[in-house]
Amino acid sequence: MVTRFTLFLVTLLLSLSASSAPNIEHWTTENGGRVYYASAPELPMVDIQVVFDAGAAQDKDLPGIALLANSMLSEGAGDLTADQVSAGFDDVGAKFGSSSERDMASLSLRSLTEDTALKTALELMVTVLTKPTFPQDAFERLQKQMLIGLQGEKQSPSAVARRAFYKNIYGEHPYASMPAGDAELVPHLTVKSIKKFYRQYYVARNATIVIVGAVTKEQAQQIAEQLMTGLAAGEMANPKPQVTSLTESQEVIIEHPSSQTHILMGQAGTSRDDKDYFTLYVGNHIFGGSGLVSLLSNEIREKRGLSYSAYSYFRPMHEKGPYQLGLQTRNDQAQEALKVMKDTLAAFIITGPTEEQLKAAKQNITGGFALRLDSNSKIAGYLAMIGFYGLPLDYLDTFKAKVNNVTTAQIKDAFSRRVHPETMVTVLVGGKAEQK
Amino acid sequence: MHKLKKIKLAFGLLLFMPTLLVAKVNEYAFDNGLKLIVKEDHRAPIAVTQVWYKVGSSYEYNGITGISHQLEHMMFKGTENLKPNEFSRIIAANGGRENAFTGKDYTAYFQTMEADRVEVSFRLEAERMRKLVIDEAELLKEKEVVAEERRMRTDDSPTALTREVFNATAFTNSPYHHPIIGWMSDINHYTADDLRQWYQKWYAPNNATVVVVGDVEPEAVYKLAQQYFGPLKAEETAVVKPQIEVKQSGKRTVELQAPAKLPYTMMGWKVPVVKTAEVDWEPYALEMLAGILDGSASSRFTKDLVRDSEIAANIGAGYSLFSRLDDLFLVAGTPSEGHSVEELQQAVMDEIKLLQTELVSEEELQRIKTQVVANAVYERDSVFYQAMQIGMLETVGLPWQLADDYVENIQAVTAQQVQEVAKKYFVDTRLTTAKLIPQPLNKKKPAMTTGGRHGH
Repeated sequence: MVTRFTLFLVTLLLSLSASSAPNIEHWTTENGGRVYYASAPELPMVDIQVVFDAGAAQDKDLPGIALLANSMLSEGAGDLTADQVSAGFDDVGAKFGSSSERDMASLSLRSLTEDTALKTALELMVTVLTKPTFPQDAFERLQKQMLIGLQGEKQSPSAVARRAFYKNIYGEHPYASMPAGDAELVPHLTVKSIKKFYRQYYVARNATIVIVGAVTKEQAQQIAEQLMTGLAAGEMANPKPQVTSLTESQEVIIEHPSSQTHILMGQAGTSRDDKDYFTLYVGNHIFGGSGLVSLLSNEIREKRGLSYSAYSYFRPMHEKGPYQLGLQTRNDQAQEALKVMKDTLAAFIITGPTEEQLKAAKQNITGGFALRLDSNSKIAGYLAMIGFYGLPLDYLDTFKAKVNNVTTAQIKDAFSRRVHPETMVTVLVGGKAEQK
Repeated sequence: MHKLKKIKLAFGLLLFMPTLLVAKVNEYAFDNGLKLIVKEDHRAPIAVTQVWYKVGSSYEYNGITGISHQLEHMMFKGTENLKPNEFSRIIAANGGRENAFTGKDYTAYFQTMEADRVEVSFRLEAERMRKLVIDEAELLKEKEVVAEERRMRTDDSPTALTREVFNATAFTNSPYHHPIIGWMSDINHYTADDLRQWYQKWYAPNNATVVVVGDVEPEAVYKLAQQYFGPLKAEETAVVKPQIEVKQSGKRTVELQAPAKLPYTMMGWKVPVVKTAEVDWEPYALEMLAGILDGSASSRFTKDLVRDSEIAANIGAGYSLFSRLDDLFLVAGTPSEGHSVEELQQAVMDEIKLLQTELVSEEELQRIKTQVVANAVYERDSVFYQAMQIGMLETVGLPWQLADDYVENIQAVTAQQVQEVAKKYFVDTRLTTAKLIPQPLNKKKPAMTTGGRHGH
């Protein structure tokens, strides 16, 4: 199936507003796990997530360890083999998953709430979470698979560009570490280092538990306690260091035998607790965050047919996540497209949005508020975000007002203070790089 | 004992399903041939509107491949009463999300908005159903956009290139031969008249199904549809030629050399689908077979080929039982380090052989049936998915109710039936295999960086 444009889900995750926001209840388990619960009684199912501050930002000098530790959990736990774990979930129709990005590492479970199904699935999840055995053979297999994944990255111009983009924006900062690891260093990971990582980070005080579904608060309390009891209380992960800004622009050109050049441009952007966040978010929505109707897409795609997608987004994290602009175009048009992108950004910083553009953006963001919370899985995603980043519980209720309060003058001011084309990283990955 | 308990559990789940599955669906037929299907889901104050047309890449022929997809792009580029991109701006101003997609057997457009905005969708969709304007200059630019899309999705992806050459090898005269996005040479040569004719041929109320799922009242939606779609004129739409695939008479193989780091293989056997099957249960037995091989972390491919023998780095199986024409049962994967594509293919053949010679255990069958039952619950978490199921079935000419019957049809599959389809269809005279042979990526110089320094 071929879609008309790719939705950048990251950008969708950033925004929300009020009115029909779920009632979020929050408490802490006996050993310090922070629980966020919302009742959703309509369907006989429940979504459970346990999120740890144990993503690639904790890799330190062992890139890939966070991901490998996370994926090792279901490879053997208690007296169960990987085969038994996976068959166990499947036998009751439960979906178990694990993932590890830069900030978050998580385990997730979707189960029917039918008694036996939920009991079985939950027990298995608890075993996987609290009693992983980290078998050597499974470790070696996953390590090899990671290396194959890293080989695969090299054949994708977009993946090559992404890696260079993060490396050059973040330098020595932990956010430079790619969750998928590093081909030179993954061979140095050991079961011992994985176990150490697990013991340090997979602890109750470092955990956010999300429960959304057809369970009562009492049931949710039991579920949360059951999940956390077997874990050490431990300590929250240390705060990540602040990101230092670049002082010069950088252009990275990587040759690739592709017919297109993938262009990424950007800088360190915003953190989750950033005072300018809403202003920058709304401003960027107008500039490059609203799909086909954004200014950037209008210049690149609608007016000139230069690229299938042209976008920009802020990705707020614990510390400043990237502000990223991107497009892909036929190699011989790369310089032209890059110039249009740069010019469009420069013009936006100087003039800011018009009142009309701001009005349209507000209508889009607030008028579609309910769409952001129209399923249990989306609600669970927001609870995880609110819990993990310590956002206020009324975040969803106040969102609309915060968006509506943004003015054109604030956007212009925030963009000129915070967005710096003169010190941005520009990555070009493509063929016949006659760039420059 | 243990096994018995599991079986009982599966039936327990099944018994409580039927009450849940009775979601309220209303179906309306219009004089102009339009079909409207409304499904109520009041969990959130939103609704999705999807308009499905019976046209897609399998309706195309050589020289204009991909034109359905190009037309899909042009549907946003202006009508008699809407300027280029104005459609999208109106939807955005109404807080909506929108997109469109083209498949082998359908082209569909959708908007998701708060539930009181269905009228906005209907007004705009009715307009572009009959009043599209293909502007030469807009087409010129949009062809470039589609060409860029093709480069991104296919030309610069060694696995996508493999898939393309694989399909073109497996199918001789079936339109599943060519890619949905079309061959580059065809994209480069569409004329405005080609697009106008294609639009004229297929875009009319009598070739469309409108699906609305969400927090709506069916009669009110029907009234709105009467207002906006009711007055549209029916059209003498074209009849798609059957293009029935000629009989394959031996195993086909194809190799592809492309800049890549990882080898890759695809294997596909020609099989019937629900729409074409002479024996009703066979597609469901094939679906079950796909579930046994792949579908979760406990399926045979992952268990045997990834975890046990470690021949595969990754491997998957897939089968589209609701295609319009006979399709392929697909297997695709990458061997792990130290193993060849040939070894991986052999390991897959051994798994097939096992299915042909030994009955699948009752435990394994039940495991998949239980998952199907659970999935039917999980799918209801998404109004979009629910609308998608209805629209897709109707558009290939199957009743939407089949989505609800799916659980029952899978429940009815026996181990013998799985064995029977394994024997009947997994034979060399139905098989095509493709192999990607990686070529060096970089013959030239490495990365270079200019400037740059981190501040303090």
